[in-house]
Amino acid sequence: MGVKISVEVNGVGQQSEVEPRLLLVHYLREDLGLTGTHVGCETSMCGACTILLDGQAVKSCTLFAVQAEGCKVTTIEDLKKDGTYHPIQEGFWEEHGLQCGFCTPGMILSAYDLLSRNKNPSEEEIRHGLEGNLCRCTGYQHIVNAVQSAARKMRG
Amino acid sequence: MVATPKMMGQRIKRKEDPRFITGTGKYVDDIKLVGMLHAALLRSDHARARIKRIDVSKARALPGVVAVFTGKDLEGKIGTVPTAAQNAEGNHWLAGVKLNVPPQPVIAIDKVNFVGQNVAVAVATDPYIAHDALDAIEVEFEDLPVVIDVEKAAEPGSPVIHEEFGSNLAFHLPGGPSPEAIEKVEQLFKEADHTASFRFDNQRLVPVAMETRGVLADYDVGRESLTVWSSTQIPHIARTVLSMVLPMPENRIRFIAPDVGGSFGSKLNIYPEEFLIPYLAKTLGKPVKWIEKRRENFTSTTHGRGQMQYVDIAFNKDGTWLACKLKLLNDMGAYLQLLTPGIGNFTLIMFTGVYKLEAICFEQLGAFTNKVATDAYRGAGRPEATMVAEKVMDVIARETGLDPTEVRRKNFLTEFPATTPSGMTYDSGDYSKALDKAMELVNYKQLRAEQKQARTEGRLMGIGVSSFLDVCGFGPSSVPPPGGGWWEASTVKVEPTGTVTVLTGISPHGQGQETTFAQIAADELGVPMDSVRVLHSDTDVVPYGNDTYGSRGQAVGGEALMMSIGKVKDKAKQFAAHMLDAQPENMEYANGEIFVKGEPSRKVTLGEVAYAAYDFSWKGPGTAPADLEPGLEATSRFEPTNFTYPFGTFICALDIDADTGEVEIKKFVAVSDCGNVINPLIVDGQVHGGIVQGLAQTLFEEVVYDENGQLITGELTEYAVPKAHMVRNFETYHTVTPTPVNSLGAKGIGESGTIGATACVFNAVMDALAPLGIKHLDMPFKPHKVWNAIQQAKA
Repeated sequence: MGVKISVEVNGVGQQSEVEPRLLLVHYLREDLGLTGTHVGCETSMCGACTILLDGQAVKSCTLFAVQAEGCKVTTIEDLKKDGTYHPIQEGFWEEHGLQCGFCTPGMILSAYDLLSRNKNPSEEEIRHGLEGNLCRCTGYQHIVNAVQSAARKMRG
Repeated sequence: MVATPKMMGQRIKRKEDPRFITGTGKYVDDIKLVGMLHAALLRSDHARARIKRIDVSKARALPGVVAVFTGKDLEGKIGTVPTAAQNAEGNHWLAGVKLNVPPQPVIAIDKVNFVGQNVAVAVATDPYIAHDALDAIEVEFEDLPVVIDVEKAAEPGSPVIHEEFGSNLAFHLPGGPSPEAIEKVEQLFKEADHTASFRFDNQRLVPVAMETRGVLADYDVGRESLTVWSSTQIPHIARTVLSMVLPMPENRIRFIAPDVGGSFGSKLNIYPEEFLIPYLAKTLGKPVKWIEKRRENFTSTTHGRGQMQYVDIAFNKDGTWLACKLKLLNDMGAYLQLLTPGIGNFTLIMFTGVYKLEAICFEQLGAFTNKVATDAYRGAGRPEATMVAEKVMDVIARETGLDPTEVRRKNFLTEFPATTPSGMTYDSGDYSKALDKAMELVNYKQLRAEQKQARTEGRLMGIGVSSFLDVCGFGPSSVPPPGGGWWEASTVKVEPTGTVTVLTGISPHGQGQETTFAQIAADELGVPMDSVRVLHSDTDVVPYGNDTYGSRGQAVGGEALMMSIGKVKDKAKQFAAHMLDAQPENMEYANGEIFVKGEPSRKVTLGEVAYAAYDFSWKGPGTAPADLEPGLEATSRFEPTNFTYPFGTFICALDIDADTGEVEIKKFVAVSDCGNVINPLIVDGQVHGGIVQGLAQTLFEEVVYDENGQLITGELTEYAVPKAHMVRNFETYHTVTPTPVNSLGAKGIGESGTIGATACVFNAVMDALAPLGIKHLDMPFKPHKVWNAIQQAKA
């Protein structure tokens, strides 16, 4: 039996009928076709599924779609505006903060959350701020550089 | 003419990245086809058992379930999962001794041999329903004795997993490399000032690519052709093997590795699901997708390492390493995957590392256990080899009282090419240079002074050195061990409008060759990087190749690209000569222009040549060059004459908190030498990531099965993949010793970081604990283990 939900995703209102057990990540990926949000573990450990829910980074693999009722969801697809990359996207590109790219959308959105709370984080604060997101490729060093670079740009 | 800036050697941001930073990459699970069905696999939760009864009727009856198959349903319909490790004579293809290969059905038929083995598959219209179907399958198991510990598995009297072989040995190479070598080793052991022995448990690890495996298959009934998308490192090899196992004509299979979210060796394989899902798509006449759950990734995708090492060394009081005996006992797991029994051979050929010693001998065994198979994991046998050599160096240092860096320097090979007792010929090297640089950057003398001070204050500070060696660029068929013939292919096409398309037979999945190959093509052809597009990993698009593993992309694939570029330039010169009424031998190529020698104003651009090459009416009817084929493209295959041998020295300093057992790395200097560097930004990234995987083995990661064969570390909640705050920044530096094996002078960098880091941090921890008289601990150095060791030593 479907449940009706109303969610704003990347600025667009969505009215959907979903199974109560449908995970938010699957709603985004399968129902809305937003495949930039990845599934890496289903246990909240890897952070590949990180999205912004009402502006806060959350793991969409351990939320049901129905829990997003009335919320504003932002996914990686919404960061590039009018052909311009977000400074965090630029930071990841310029500092080589990614290799295989699978963790990258979640990592960028966690960094987004971090930088919205702390405009000038130290290396230590960045590392702790991203501890919910696993990357197996980079060893994190270039990710730290990417976030530092983005923070500089965003401070102007 | 305007000289274009050189792209090679520059820190250029990657061409791959726009799709990944915007979430528009396409991994297997991002691909949807009309009418697509979803498969889910019931995995065994018993390590060794007979399947007494299996009832899938309730599962089949669920609404939305399309099919449920057991192993019996598929018996005889699909071949078994093959290994590449057995040659036509039935022998181990590297060790040359008999290899026992247990047949591995894609779904277990009447017996399971590890937790995670396939027991049934359900196919449904929705993945949630497919998983509901698994819950509705009833299976009755009858447990059998379980064999987990590899040392016990190899002992006579152990329960035998595959009864037909009479023991758990997959193979046994009793003694090598020759009777003369063994005799020489014995002699040196008699003459040496000192001998020492140690046993080393190089523990099992889980590769943990962030993207799990996944397969999507689509059978086109009208065209009788199959398209398979798989998260794999080896689309070409997988297609060949799939065609043999299904069986199905190879030219009717298109195998695509779309964006692949990491692999590290774990996708250098062809798994049961890569046969099963295509079979299901063909049988059901609908596209079928299967995406591995993380739990399955832990239980059913190959593990790495799992090697017991027994080492005896002979050395003199001046620090000279004379001889070494190595016995390896490799934990195979329950079945042999693609290269399972071969990984230990890379240890056998490389355990003398960067050192010159007179003689070695070895023995090697592979034993079956009720666990998932081991296979390649970043470094594949070479981190294990470096671990032997680098521990030996520190044992000698400790026994002789010499500084570890001096013992290394004393034993370094210094003349190249260098032939080793295992029969390998190292291409080039300058090991002292890397050691010197690392010592300078880390301020080694100062560190040792700090350590002396710390020790007087009772603090545990350790300094670790690792002068590591990789063997890569797989591989030359002319070099006997470990075999090869892994040449690489490329095609370069200059299109009529002057754009350049590079097709390569390698299959990058994070290594960045869409960028580095574009850098090479841009420089060599004198065109903007933006006009170069690199395509790979689609067997209908690119020439047959040998894929990506063993740090071979740049050293082998890059050289194949150089060959095709050379051919294209030669042909462009011929066209240009025709266009300019000159002789081909008088043409020169520079910066994207072809001109007459000594007359630079008589020139045409590559774009003009390309247009003419496809439009034979350009000078009017009948003016086409009679001796030239139309078009401007070339295909080449490069087979190297030798492996390449990247090397380097890593030095780290760390503190151990004696009250908690926690290890904190304070400083880490990594000097690597991978020959000429195409893109330093990418190389640094490879080194960083490699180091973290390497030190994770030393400090954090281990696979734990309990005595019943249950995988205790079966999720990311229990298995400690390093997070950002668990590691620190590394200082990286490169020395440059080009290889003579290819014209790029590039050696490969994918595995160096891992190979060097495990031993480096291991040696540092042991150095920190040395004042307590602790001589050996097995990895990983988790706080409770270190704390216990400290308490015991103090007691």
